[in-house]
Amino acid sequence: MAIITSSKTQPEYDVVIVGSGAGGGQMAYTLALAGLRCVMLEAGRNYDPVRETPMFQRPDQAPLGGSPTPDKQFFGFYDGTIDGGWEVPGEPYTQASDKAEEKFWWWRTRMLGGRTNHWGRISLRNGPYDFKPKSRDGLGFDWPIGYEDVEPYYTKVEMLIGVYGANVGMENTPDSPEGVLLPPPKGRVGDLMAQKHGKKLGIPVVPIRRAVLTRPLDAETIPAKLHPGNEKAQRLVAASMKERAACFWATSCVRGCSIKANYQSTTVHLPPALASGNLDIIPNAHAREVIVGEDGRATGVLYIDKVTGKEERVRAKVVVLAASSGETVRILLNSKSARHPQGLANGSGLVGKYVMDSVGTSLGGQIPAMENLPPHHDEGAGGDHFYTPWWLYQEQKAGKLDFARGYHIEIGGTRGMPGGRSPFSDALVRGAYGTKLKQEARRYYGSFVHYAARGEMIPNEHSFADLDPTVRDKFGIPVLRWHWRWSDHELVQAVHAQKTFAALITEMGGTPNPIAKSGREAISPGGKIIHEVGGALMGADAKTSVCNQWNQTWEVKNLFLCDAAPFPSNADKNPTLTIMALAWRTGDYIIEQSRKGNL
Amino acid sequence: METTRLTRREVLSFFAAALAASQLPAFAQAARGYGSDPDLTKIYKPGDVWPLTFSAAEKKAAIALADVIFPADDLGPAASTLRVADYVDEWISAPYPDQQASRAPIIEGLAWLDAEAHRRFKSDFAALTAEQHRAICDDICWPPDRKESAFFVQFRALCAGAYYGTQDGWKALGFVGNMPLPTFDGPPPEVLAKLGLEQTVK
Repeated sequence: MAIITSSKTQPEYDVVIVGSGAGGGQMAYTLALAGLRCVMLEAGRNYDPVRETPMFQRPDQAPLGGSPTPDKQFFGFYDGTIDGGWEVPGEPYTQASDKAEEKFWWWRTRMLGGRTNHWGRISLRNGPYDFKPKSRDGLGFDWPIGYEDVEPYYTKVEMLIGVYGANVGMENTPDSPEGVLLPPPKGRVGDLMAQKHGKKLGIPVVPIRRAVLTRPLDAETIPAKLHPGNEKAQRLVAASMKERAACFWATSCVRGCSIKANYQSTTVHLPPALASGNLDIIPNAHAREVIVGEDGRATGVLYIDKVTGKEERVRAKVVVLAASSGETVRILLNSKSARHPQGLANGSGLVGKYVMDSVGTSLGGQIPAMENLPPHHDEGAGGDHFYTPWWLYQEQKAGKLDFARGYHIEIGGTRGMPGGRSPFSDALVRGAYGTKLKQEARRYYGSFVHYAARGEMIPNEHSFADLDPTVRDKFGIPVLRWHWRWSDHELVQAVHAQKTFAALITEMGGTPNPIAKSGREAISPGGKIIHEVGGALMGADAKTSVCNQWNQTWEVKNLFLCDAAPFPSNADKNPTLTIMALAWRTGDYIIEQSRKGNL
Repeated sequence: METTRLTRREVLSFFAAALAASQLPAFAQAARGYGSDPDLTKIYKPGDVWPLTFSAAEKKAAIALADVIFPADDLGPAASTLRVADYVDEWISAPYPDQQASRAPIIEGLAWLDAEAHRRFKSDFAALTAEQHRAICDDICWPPDRKESAFFVQFRALCAGAYYGTQDGWKALGFVGNMPLPTFDGPPPEVLAKLGLEQTVK
């Protein structure tokens, strides 16, 4: 089995998986290595990071110095995303409100590996509190599972993908078992400055966790721990691990990685799954709906073959949707039939409800002490080295904070690759030009710090997606219409983060940029952090949720949702690691239930 | 204070340039971007994806001004040897909204430079002496509260984006990187000492 076209499909598979990112990739890996015959539908084209990643290309070798454009959004020309962004030509989505603050920005990536190709690789475990938020403060929803249910899978995923970091022993910030994490990289100037000065403010700064290899994975021992008793899986995973080199401490991870030093589905999950001979991948296959048989069971997926423009069907005993929360919701709502007039798995009317993003806000500043530093390497592991886990649980418990839940602080490098954007601040260099300007630019380069908060949003009734009654995409498929509203918890939290950053910058002897005057000004628009979760929540019963604890829809037993759609809450911890852990757990459940003949 | 009265000829040439600038976006819109799936490993130079649109006079003025802003000195070569003006041309010729928005201010600013040079020194901006360049630039470099000074600051930022995206620019700025390293050792001891820091990851 391999990467194929629609005409080469098998008559029936054990499992069809829609989506090839973190959830779909993990699912294909888990099932194919266990011997289930799978087919994966990917809406975008095939993609080979080894051949296609711009590793050492410079800004002066890209159009517009690599600056972002509508064609290459966010990080610009060298962003690992192809055929994707907040807007995708021919694939619109709509907004229920024309108010800017009620708009949702939906990032989609149409390529093999999906959003894992440009992901920041921050890999944080949810803690015990994060699975039972309602029990703690009465807001939102509890998960039907606890940390102890997911913990073994966090560990397995960390061993497989390779995560650097440290066990810091902080509240609700779980440690990993000894020997699982790879060594954290050394602190950079900005990291160590924040750490030193944060101490005086009671802000702990510790090594972050990211899916980047700071040394090669141990291909001799890890595969046996991941796949006990499965010699074939061990052999294939070992071979795949040996293909991955350790980080060489240059270039940004958002470009992807041709030496496979960071995790992307395309370099970690899919190669061993393909090598097993149990996985077919159909690129350019845009899923439209889940097909349901007379008995109410899913029988496969209807999709548009983007190469031929034709509708195609692929049959399978089990259907897994891992198309991204929004796209999974859309597929369910579009899977209408006489039996399911509101869409599939939607008897509760809850499909599309309770969409969440992360609270995002950031602040920069300039630190005189960091001016004119001797040039030195600062790119490091191509992303963050240090961060601050949410640290005010006790203050919150004591009623000292005026918002629920918390945020972590991401700390970037200070001497990143220049080009495309002016490296100096006009306000600082003022009217300088000539040699004076070049001296000023050199003086200030490396003296700017920047902090970003990623915080927890509480699910609310006003943030959801439904189908637009009239608008269709270029394939004729009804599109999503977004509804969005922040609650005061998020707005107040964003202001708290701004004040924290300003205090930290001031403590470092620096000048913070002006802080936002209100939460509305401080908070990034919904969707801009690209952590959209929810829309098909898991819960304890069929009346109040869409899925059970196995990401299995209550209504359709052989239908599983394995992206972040089932998340009942969106902890400040970035969702990707949890998506993978739950996908592996669900994969094990599918294997077990299939063997028992229950699916 | 310099008088701002222009000769009739200068006024006409300024408006001709401004008119040309206002008409050019229609032309530039016909150009196409690189699309959502460009070859990311290819090496591009200005003009490869969409045509450059500076007139000969605009190009001359842009090269001259970029060299006044980024001259050759101990910190590196002049902007002209790094083709910085071509980058500005690529920028204002691009078919994307942000870039298109910068087109008229840049084209009009370059026309103003020549008009001002003629008014004060009876010569194109490019042909002026270093002292004459300074005389004009000192008037418009700060603050960006007028059309000419806003142009200068915007042009300077565009040039900086180009200049510092090159290896010579990296050297001028003090960026080291984009090369594989066997280990990452963190900031060197002299940097830690200067800031009173200690490496906490052993």
